Amino acid sequence: MAGLNTNNITPPRWLLAELSYKCPLQCPYCSNPLDYAKYPDELSTEQWQQVLSQARKMGAVQLGFSGGEPLTRPDLPILVKYARDLGYYSNLITSGYGLTEAKIIELKQAGLDHIQVSIQASTEELNDHLAGTKTYLQKQEVARLVKKHGYPMVLCVVIHRQNIHQMPQILEMAENLGADYLELANTQYYGWAHLNRDALLPTREQFIEAEKIAQDFKEKVAGKMKIYYVVPDFYEDRPKACMNGWGTTFLTIAPDGTALPCHSARELPGLDCPNIKDFSIEQIWNESKSFNFFRGTEWMQEPCRSCDEKHKDFGGCRCQAYLFNADMFSTDPVCSKSPERYRIDAAINTAKQQALSAEEKPLVFRNSKNSRQF
Amino acid sequence: MSINPELNLHFSTLHRLQWEEAQQKYVILYPEGMVELNQSSAEILKLCDGSRKLPEIITELEAAFATSGLASDITHFLEVALQNGWIEHK
Repeated sequence: MAGLNTNNITPPRWLLAELSYKCPLQCPYCSNPLDYAKYPDELSTEQWQQVLSQARKMGAVQLGFSGGEPLTRPDLPILVKYARDLGYYSNLITSGYGLTEAKIIELKQAGLDHIQVSIQASTEELNDHLAGTKTYLQKQEVARLVKKHGYPMVLCVVIHRQNIHQMPQILEMAENLGADYLELANTQYYGWAHLNRDALLPTREQFIEAEKIAQDFKEKVAGKMKIYYVVPDFYEDRPKACMNGWGTTFLTIAPDGTALPCHSARELPGLDCPNIKDFSIEQIWNESKSFNFFRGTEWMQEPCRSCDEKHKDFGGCRCQAYLFNADMFSTDPVCSKSPERYRIDAAINTAKQQALSAEEKPLVFRNSKNSRQF
Repeated sequence: MSINPELNLHFSTLHRLQWEEAQQKYVILYPEGMVELNQSSAEILKLCDGSRKLPEIITELEAAFATSGLASDITHFLEVALQNGWIEHK
């Protein structure tokens, strides 16, 4: 571990509070760890308040209440109010399942700033299949209620091979629902999505066609709807600037209080991620081994080390390097300068073969029964 | 988009303008994002509280900073703000 120059540490700006791994949905691309069932513990209300207050003091201002499904926590309105009083700008990242109009009003009064509702597909049949739960109609209703009660309405649709053909209908749905923001998130292949990659990764042709449709739509709705388009990095030749650089901006707290430099970091070996029950947020952010592990550029190997773009993408994603190359210090294999790029191309080809074959591998849904196998 | 000088300007209900102690600056907060403001931009936006029109905002800021000739800078910035959805006509 190198790069321990504490003078250059910037404070956290974004806090992702994963309140619970419990979720009524079973999306096969969930970003939670595969073995989440091993971590059933959840922080108490008081412990979350301590996290919120310590992180806010350091300068965190954007706050996401996430999970699992954050609505499974009965103390959510208490935490929302606490966060508002501290000056956070807070976001509820929800499936919408179980979100009643009364709750939407209660959360608004408590000071919630916006609600991001996920929708899995533009049709009821596919949405409910992907979610593993009947939720489509309720999600549509929740989206309308979010708008009705004056929240900025953010729709999030995760894009992959099972729904990418619906791109025109997904955009039409977002327009009809009056979304202020639409997040078109091409699946990032970690956690459950990594496991199901062969069934989820679109072909290059599908991706190019869908991207064109989305770009045209973006121009059409400019000024009315803002579109966040998360690119699938497999089809890029440079890696994403993951987390805006390790330990520079983002802090994730998992349901059991484990502090993570990114929400997938639990997959990486030997990081010894600290718990908020043992250390303050300031100690965790500034002094812990895990938050300093990939700070700066000293940890890099070639070709990153001598690359003139290393301050732009920070070597890409550590989890992706680990998943593909079994070496978390290596260059993100997405990069065309990486000697391991062929692994990404092989993954693209394997998924394409799957797409063309008569017998597709079944999706492994994210639920406790499946999680216990890991 | 241009500013209508006949209408009052107010800050968008879908954004929040806030002083950040840790950063020692004003920021605009919105879903998934944050814009850091310099002092003059913040002073202009603070006056977009629904009670003033463009000419009043210019007059008030020129008085506050004891200067003149700010009209085009202020107008230009407010046009950008309108385009970004930070402010609205009332």
